[in-house]
Amino acid sequence: MKTFDLLQKLTEVAGPSGLEDAVRETIAEEWRPLADELVVDRMGNLLAIKHGTAEEGDGDGAPRLLLAAHMDEIALMVKAICHYPEGEADEQAYGFLQVTNVGGVDVRHLYGQTVTVHGRRTLPGIIGALPKSMLPDLSSSKVYGFDELVVDVGLPLAELRDVVAVGDFISFRQPLRKLLNDRVSGKAVDNRASVAAVTRALEFLQERRHAWDVVAVATIQEETRLLGAFTSAFAQRPDVAVAIDVTFAKGPGVKDNHLFEMDDGPTVGMGPNVHPGVMKKLQEAAEALEMKVHLEPHTRGSGTDAFGLQIARDGIPTGLISIPIRYMHTMVETVAIADIERAGRLLGEFAARLNGSFLEDIAREMMDERE
Amino acid sequence: MNELLQQLSDAVGVASSEKEVRLLLRDLIADHVDEWRVDSMGNLLAVKRGSGDGDLRVMVDAHMDEVGMMITDIDSDGTLKFDTVGGIADETLLGKSVQVGPKKITGVIGARPIHLLKGDQRNSVVKGDSMRIDIGASKKENASAKVKVGQTATFLTSYQESGRVAMGKALDNRAGCAALVELLRRDPYPFDLHAAFTVQEEVGLRGAQVAAYAIQPDVALVLECTPAYDLPNKRDISPNVWLGQGPSLYVMDAGTIQDPRFVRHIMRTAQNNDIPFQVRQPGGGGTNTGAIQRVHGGVVAATIATPARYIHAPTSMINLDDFDNVVRLAEAVLRDLRRDLFER
Repeated sequence: MKTFDLLQKLTEVAGPSGLEDAVRETIAEEWRPLADELVVDRMGNLLAIKHGTAEEGDGDGAPRLLLAAHMDEIALMVKAICHYPEGEADEQAYGFLQVTNVGGVDVRHLYGQTVTVHGRRTLPGIIGALPKSMLPDLSSSKVYGFDELVVDVGLPLAELRDVVAVGDFISFRQPLRKLLNDRVSGKAVDNRASVAAVTRALEFLQERRHAWDVVAVATIQEETRLLGAFTSAFAQRPDVAVAIDVTFAKGPGVKDNHLFEMDDGPTVGMGPNVHPGVMKKLQEAAEALEMKVHLEPHTRGSGTDAFGLQIARDGIPTGLISIPIRYMHTMVETVAIADIERAGRLLGEFAARLNGSFLEDIAREMMDERE
Repeated sequence: MNELLQQLSDAVGVASSEKEVRLLLRDLIADHVDEWRVDSMGNLLAVKRGSGDGDLRVMVDAHMDEVGMMITDIDSDGTLKFDTVGGIADETLLGKSVQVGPKKITGVIGARPIHLLKGDQRNSVVKGDSMRIDIGASKKENASAKVKVGQTATFLTSYQESGRVAMGKALDNRAGCAALVELLRRDPYPFDLHAAFTVQEEVGLRGAQVAAYAIQPDVALVLECTPAYDLPNKRDISPNVWLGQGPSLYVMDAGTIQDPRFVRHIMRTAQNNDIPFQVRQPGGGGTNTGAIQRVHGGVVAATIATPARYIHAPTSMINLDDFDNVVRLAEAVLRDLRRDLFER
């Protein structure tokens, strides 16, 4: 499957943090033929396990690498069902949904978006609001907030109450669109681009001998609390973990020198969330592929699954690969297809190069006095 | 699925670039009118000959243009600077997909990610002049091979229906266009019906002005799509019109007092035919009626509108029963038109 088609399939399916069933099933379809085992753990993480060739030494099995890409996306949730005017509604009155955010939703982009309401059946809807001229309490320099915005599915109140309840999820609805130069734009590119990269890595490993077990995990609820990273790393007890996520590309509104051009290769994370030895091995893998990568310093938490993976159990040597995208956390997240393919090859190469001395090598990095 | 609404909503026709809609409308009406022509502004003017000896000159207007954007410059990084054509609020633009120029190049309008913003920036309106359309170009030459300055752009939205509502772009005023096409497909009226699919309503009612001059009607009926503000609000602001409550009749707006004799005839016709209707609360806004009623010595004019939520945005919503009732009411009003209704 072409990467565009894969990403289209992965982004267009709904997967709000906490309602990952549909996206999990979609990813499972892609990963099943590429893995020896496919597991859904008790939290809802999807795990594809591909065994390596390493000898079973002390009975612990081959060492294992965890490749973690979160599968959830930012979304909305129904907070209340309301109607106008207040008081007793006549039977013809339309009902509207008041909503709140699931994850870091950028409210500036919400007015006029189309959504899917996940009620007893799914309903298409529009995010609307009254004109500002009718909202004197809202400063004209401020955008509509959740006090003003409603989700409108065009149903009368009584019918709406039958189908939708407080707490139901609402996902954004946006096809993946082709731009020029093999760049594409849509919703949930954060982080389905990384899920696509991991899929490419698993394909890469079909052809390449690898000593270590490789466990690809599509994690849940990264956008809210990194829940899937903490739980899957605990359960899988990997020897090394690499998180794959998206980062900020330069573009309109983003001219910052320290950020990254699109279509110029993935980034390798460095800083407190990252093991320096794993970082170095990721760079070596890129060199072996003659692939351009950029070092990305994360001075605090990286805001990715790496933050959770690193401190699972007694600590896991963790690396981070990021794909630069424009307009993160909007419905027009934009990525270069080539960057996804590069990230996939890099992960595959990194996994294939893991050998018996790897853990010692990276441990030595911690005590290297030469720097 | 209402195919007429679907075709017309999905077609692109930003004010001044209405050709695609004009051609589509020509195809939709050609077999149902006796003659049609296109004037210097781009209005599509058609005549459906009458069956009887009615001597009224009757014009029915529906504007075919939509609000949108126009490309004003191409930056060195290949992104497109733009200005709006017609009234679009800045915050309507952010995070939307658009289609640019006659080749419909796909673009998106993004902004600095929320993660990189501080405090107040996170809920402040981003000004349109700082936004860019991103078509994926890597540099200026790459973009200018695909898009030219002066081309127009509009939202990239696909029409859909859910229950009794329809959602799509440009329902203001493709709903009016669809209603007028329906009227032309019916049996002949007692008089010659002059249909005017007009341009540039969104930038100042400019097409209707010259169409009305050319047609010189006694009576003009304007088919429109009017904003419905029937959303919950903490304060008690009465809505102008409601979805699902029937065709909306204008009485007075910022541009006109609609001809009371004509409005009375429309209301009486609705009551006689058991067609629901609602009077749009007087206030701001305006329709082509404002331009039409002042040409020549004056024209008896009024408006029937389909209520729509979220006009001038990527996706508006109408109730399909309202639309059907607009067609029913307009047809009944036309069939009962008599000169004596307007005598003083």
